[in-house]
Amino acid sequence: MRISAPARAEEPLHIVIDQGKVEPLPIALPGFIGKSQAERDTGTNIAKVISDDLERSGLFRALDPRSFIERSMDFDTLPRFNDWRIINTEALVTGQAVIQDDGRLRVEFRLWDVVRNQQLRGKKYYTTPENWRRIAHLVSDEIYTRLTGETGYFDTRVVFVQESGSKIARRKRLAIMDQDGANVSFLTDGFDMALTPRFSPTAQEVTYLSYFNNKPRVYLLNIESGQQEVVGDFPGMTFAPRFSPDGGKIIMSLDTRGNSDIYVMDLRNRRQTRLTEHPAIDTAPSYAPDSRAISFESDRSGRQQLYVMRSDGTDIRRISWGEGRYATPVWSPRGDLIAFTKMLRGRFYIGVMRPDGDPKTERLLTESFLDEGPTWAPNGRVLMFFRQTPNRRDGSGGTVRLWSVDLTGYNLREVPTLGDASDPAWSPLIK
Amino acid sequence: MRMLRLSKIAGLAVGALLLAACSGYNGTSSVASDSYADPSGPVAGSQEDLEANVGDRIYFAFDRYDLNDAAQATLRRQGAWMKMHPSVTVLVAGNCDERGTREYNLALGARRANSAKDFLTSLGVDPARVSTISYGKERPTCMGSNEECWALNRNDITSVTGGPAS
Repeated sequence: MRISAPARAEEPLHIVIDQGKVEPLPIALPGFIGKSQAERDTGTNIAKVISDDLERSGLFRALDPRSFIERSMDFDTLPRFNDWRIINTEALVTGQAVIQDDGRLRVEFRLWDVVRNQQLRGKKYYTTPENWRRIAHLVSDEIYTRLTGETGYFDTRVVFVQESGSKIARRKRLAIMDQDGANVSFLTDGFDMALTPRFSPTAQEVTYLSYFNNKPRVYLLNIESGQQEVVGDFPGMTFAPRFSPDGGKIIMSLDTRGNSDIYVMDLRNRRQTRLTEHPAIDTAPSYAPDSRAISFESDRSGRQQLYVMRSDGTDIRRISWGEGRYATPVWSPRGDLIAFTKMLRGRFYIGVMRPDGDPKTERLLTESFLDEGPTWAPNGRVLMFFRQTPNRRDGSGGTVRLWSVDLTGYNLREVPTLGDASDPAWSPLIK
Repeated sequence: MRMLRLSKIAGLAVGALLLAACSGYNGTSSVASDSYADPSGPVAGSQEDLEANVGDRIYFAFDRYDLNDAAQATLRRQGAWMKMHPSVTVLVAGNCDERGTREYNLALGARRANSAKDFLTSLGVDPARVSTISYGKERPTCMGSNEECWALNRNDITSVTGGPAS
């Protein structure tokens, strides 16, 4: 990543994020102002969440508020740019929080280029006061988009498996949270093992594997209502589900007498279509964002490798050719890359490659005892996955946590969760 | 969901009680005479009988689902035992070690469970009496992250789901 901080003052403030690691852009985020204590508290909290969002992206460095010279700011007058330039910031965010007479919260912000003395963005939002975090994430997305030219990903959620209890009697239940780890709530009660949740394109529904009644089947769960149903009428275990990009279909594996093949079910007419027919294990299907192709993994060559086929199941081509085993291909929302898990000589990696299978395009981003199951941020710039550390002989010591990493392999960070967590799935941008 | 699961557990418990009562009743069958012969031992045709006298699990090599000699020997005993207790039904659960990905291991566990079912069927056991399930890498029996534990966790575990009285 390279940040082109303006070498000359007339160059606009802009972050170029398609190359390796660079100095993050300094940004100042004083607490949003307010007249009452409640407004000031909300304003301080909002600035903190924005600051944390931007910092976690690895592209920004939020300056310590104690270094700020200008303290008493009016939202509607120009900042004293000199006071900000002197502390070596390049961007400044000002804002205010107002609790209106109707009880609603109004939040306004302005993004300033303090080198060019100019406002880059200004916007206001209305919501209920308890919804302030969402506003903070929306502001983060505006700042990120204005300064990088890329769509943001902060106003998103993550569905995942919360794990608890002993290693041999593990409880695995679905949970959902904001991408920064806040606002956790549970979607299942933990009585039946739940695995591999994935969002629908509207983020209203989740498809996942439940062991309800000790029959592993793919389910469709409505997040708001909590209602759920089995997907399709299949004679054996169904697993590894994902939505099609338009949300109209669910693609998954069906096990029939020890053989797993890939099927698709149309949610509108309930038609089930078999896409692969091979005695090998065919699983982990994922649609390309244009719906024309599907990536999946198969051990038809003798060990797990990645394949791409047309979405009607024809024209199957192997795309992974490196050493080791490859699994869990997931198509980037931009369509340009496929993320995967790789296993080689007892180590696990998260990597990306181009869908055309050119071996020169394979790039490994992380490595550990066990890294698994990448999921893309909706802008295709950041991946989240889970990382397990080994257990001691008595089962103690091991953890399973969520991590995120930039597409360039930099900015590896643990995502805060309450205890152990696995199988993250990143939501699309929330509408 | 909770209600369903609780009633299912309750149902199993009742089944086990009836099973115990019946094998005492039915004094003419070989089943009952076995349990008379050793009143302190497990009830013939029960889960405890399977574990103590037959063997409830078989093991696999890494990323394999073929049956080695030891596995085949255990399954032959299981097959003979199922013929001796013709009303017993079983569930074979296929399991994997943690050194693979979650979805692949679900498929691999299904292959392992099915290997056992196919073998039992080839011995003349009615396939309707053998159901299968895969737990992938989600149900380890040994907790450490080391080769010994991984070898133990690559298994099929057979459990009795129905007996003479259920």
